[in-house]
Amino acid sequence: MGLDLKDILKLYRDPILARRIVDKIWEYSKKVDKVMIMHVCGTHEWTITHYGIRSLLPDNIEVRAGPGCPVCILPAQDIDSIIKLALDEDLTVLSYGDVSRAKGGSGYSLEDSKALGFDLKIVYSIQDAYEIALSNKDRKFIFFGVGFDTTAPSTAYMILKGVPDNLIFLSSYRYVPPSIGYIIQAEDIMVDGIINPGHSSTVTGMAPYRKYFESKPIPMVFSGFEPIDVLISIYMILRQIISGEYRMENEYSRSVTWDGNVKAMNTLFKVFKLLDGLWRGIGVIDGSGFEFKDEFRNINARYLYDLEYPNKDSHMPSGCRCADIIKGKITPIECPLYMKMCRPDKPIGPCMVSIEGTCRIWAEHMILSKAGET
Amino acid sequence: MCLGYPGKIIEINGDYAKVDFGGGVIKDNIIISLVDAKVGEYVIVHAGYAIQVLDEEEAIETIKLWREYFEKAGDI
Amino acid sequence: MMDPDVVKMVHGAGGVEMQKFIKNYILKYLSGSGAEVPLEFLDDSSVYNGVVLKSDTYTVKPIFFPGSDIGRLAVAGSVNDMLMIGAEPKALAMGLVIEEGFPFNDLERILESVSKTASEAGVYVITGDTKVVEKGALDKIIINMSGIGFRHRYLDHNIGVVAKYRGGVDFRWLLDRNIRPGDKIILTGYIGDHAIALLSVREGVGFKIDIESDASPLNEIVDKALEVGGVVAMKDPTRGGLANLLNEWSDKSGYGIKIYEDKIPIRDEVRAACGYLGLDPLELGNEGKAVIAVVGEKAEEVLDAIRGTELGRHAEIIGEVTDEYKFVVMETVIGGRRIVPQPIGDPVPRIC
Repeated sequence: MGLDLKDILKLYRDPILARRIVDKIWEYSKKVDKVMIMHVCGTHEWTITHYGIRSLLPDNIEVRAGPGCPVCILPAQDIDSIIKLALDEDLTVLSYGDVSRAKGGSGYSLEDSKALGFDLKIVYSIQDAYEIALSNKDRKFIFFGVGFDTTAPSTAYMILKGVPDNLIFLSSYRYVPPSIGYIIQAEDIMVDGIINPGHSSTVTGMAPYRKYFESKPIPMVFSGFEPIDVLISIYMILRQIISGEYRMENEYSRSVTWDGNVKAMNTLFKVFKLLDGLWRGIGVIDGSGFEFKDEFRNINARYLYDLEYPNKDSHMPSGCRCADIIKGKITPIECPLYMKMCRPDKPIGPCMVSIEGTCRIWAEHMILSKAGET
Repeated sequence: MCLGYPGKIIEINGDYAKVDFGGGVIKDNIIISLVDAKVGEYVIVHAGYAIQVLDEEEAIETIKLWREYFEKAGDI
Repeated sequence: MMDPDVVKMVHGAGGVEMQKFIKNYILKYLSGSGAEVPLEFLDDSSVYNGVVLKSDTYTVKPIFFPGSDIGRLAVAGSVNDMLMIGAEPKALAMGLVIEEGFPFNDLERILESVSKTASEAGVYVITGDTKVVEKGALDKIIINMSGIGFRHRYLDHNIGVVAKYRGGVDFRWLLDRNIRPGDKIILTGYIGDHAIALLSVREGVGFKIDIESDASPLNEIVDKALEVGGVVAMKDPTRGGLANLLNEWSDKSGYGIKIYEDKIPIRDEVRAACGYLGLDPLELGNEGKAVIAVVGEKAEEVLDAIRGTELGRHAEIIGEVTDEYKFVVMETVIGGRRIVPQPIGDPVPRIC
């Protein structure tokens, strides 16, 4: 093709095209009442925030973050468990960078608790974890498996390939499609359209979403992560709402297919089984938690050390209505804690803790829109 | 949910590939076994493994179509 | 579980938590000196009886990294902090804390680098101290580099120019609080080089990249800028990067800052590394860059002078001070606007 990666990315960040799409979104916004579009992906939120997409949208088009960041929905119990285990058993914890900052039930993250005396190493990938374990045979390591169906296949792959015997795992991986099902099947759902997660869907494919879509059709667009991708996806959802014909549409056709990455999915299910999974701030979602199959007990820290499998959100602060906010039932200002006890500088619920949380975004975005009016 | 970034495969050694993320930023232990990719192709990399081959032609073709679409839409 | 109410890595990471830590602990016991520029201003250096004083301690892993090392970092860092408030650095005091078993070879490499960088910056190390601690008590070596400097030869001229355009000034040094609406913000070159060079050799994250740390003394840039005149504040975007620096300026002055994404100089390779690791270039540390606020009328002239220097070739005006709001806002490449928050800790690679 002769086009460099940089040039391709430039096409998807083109300010003139962005302006044209935004104009069209404004035009369409006049034909609809209030529209709430939910995305369920930390990286979509990053794109939306980083490029200031909300500041370009009309007031009646809201884009809200759903339960889409593995770090935010990571059960507090698992964070506490791994900290305690690392201290008791003198393990070095290998963790992704953002995971190391997620707060446990006691309000402390891996990064905070490191000061108590265990070793924490940040890794970019499972292979980096593997290499560290291999070259430090005198130490014992635990890899904190956090992420979605996007991330878990790499762990499954390495485990099948064989890992050094000084490396064990704790799985807090979650399966995304049931969480979308949970959102759209909720009786009191207020969401008018969903931006589906492009990279998770790259692995799972669009197919697992069909049953949820058919059970309750709602505009659903599988979206890429450049600003133009997100703007087009918002446009596509509005187009569906106006035409009244709801579909599963694929904006991210350069990466997402109907069947997804079959090899990755097969690898994933060779190592993991699905249990009901706890999503912090939301509750238990059926068939959404990846746990190691029995034949992998020898590397499964949960089995080896009899760690609790999180099944209830015992650490949710009282009064916090994060779950309702994530479902789109209420806006942050309807939560009694919002901007009173719970603020960006003193967060209580996961929606305020994470920079991708809806409350956090509201808190910061409202300041910005006020600034825009003056 | 998941950060993914495109890079070009510049070498494959068994299960691993050397991937250039642009400007000569190279990571040499990207797991390549879960996709069918060749040297010279773009892959989307998440947490150190290639989750999919990026369809370069599709990427350029779709953005071209959208551009034409919104140019026309603007004229109306 | 024991409550980790102890000092954590984040308290030294240059973001929100570190500022809270300094206010709640350091200033609680150590403020009230009455110095001309006292500790509680939390500027890059302090001033007592016309003497500019600075202390900075360096710990970096690894100690040798692409383009630089802990010795160069220590000299450049301390010298730059003195330059930034409008001083000419004159002399340094070096404290070495060395781990038992540290190779003499490495020590010599570091000292040679200290000497070379000091001569670039026109300063000498004139006093110091060495301690050796037991193996394991620290990781290899820690360097404290303190320094003194005096009022820059062009500082009065520079402030005179500011006074001409502002109709008077109420400051004698280039402090964070000085910025006012209408000032333009100059960044002296590419951001992120240092942090990315360092990250590229870190265990667990490492990658190949052809980039070097930018650690350098900024004497020439400062000399040229002050010679033109009109500079109201200067600061080097080290830990916490540009995002932290601009938020500090905004907090201390009570004004907002608007920056333009497409004006910020960032190398393609730094952009690519940030892309795949999920980092924000604005939060990356630099060791050879300055951010300079200049009265609007003199901004282009100061920019030209900076561009005439070796280290300032890629300088750009990246934004301006505004009274529209009281925080930092970036106009993005697609025409949106976003708040640039103060970073919480060191940037880490993310999966989501």
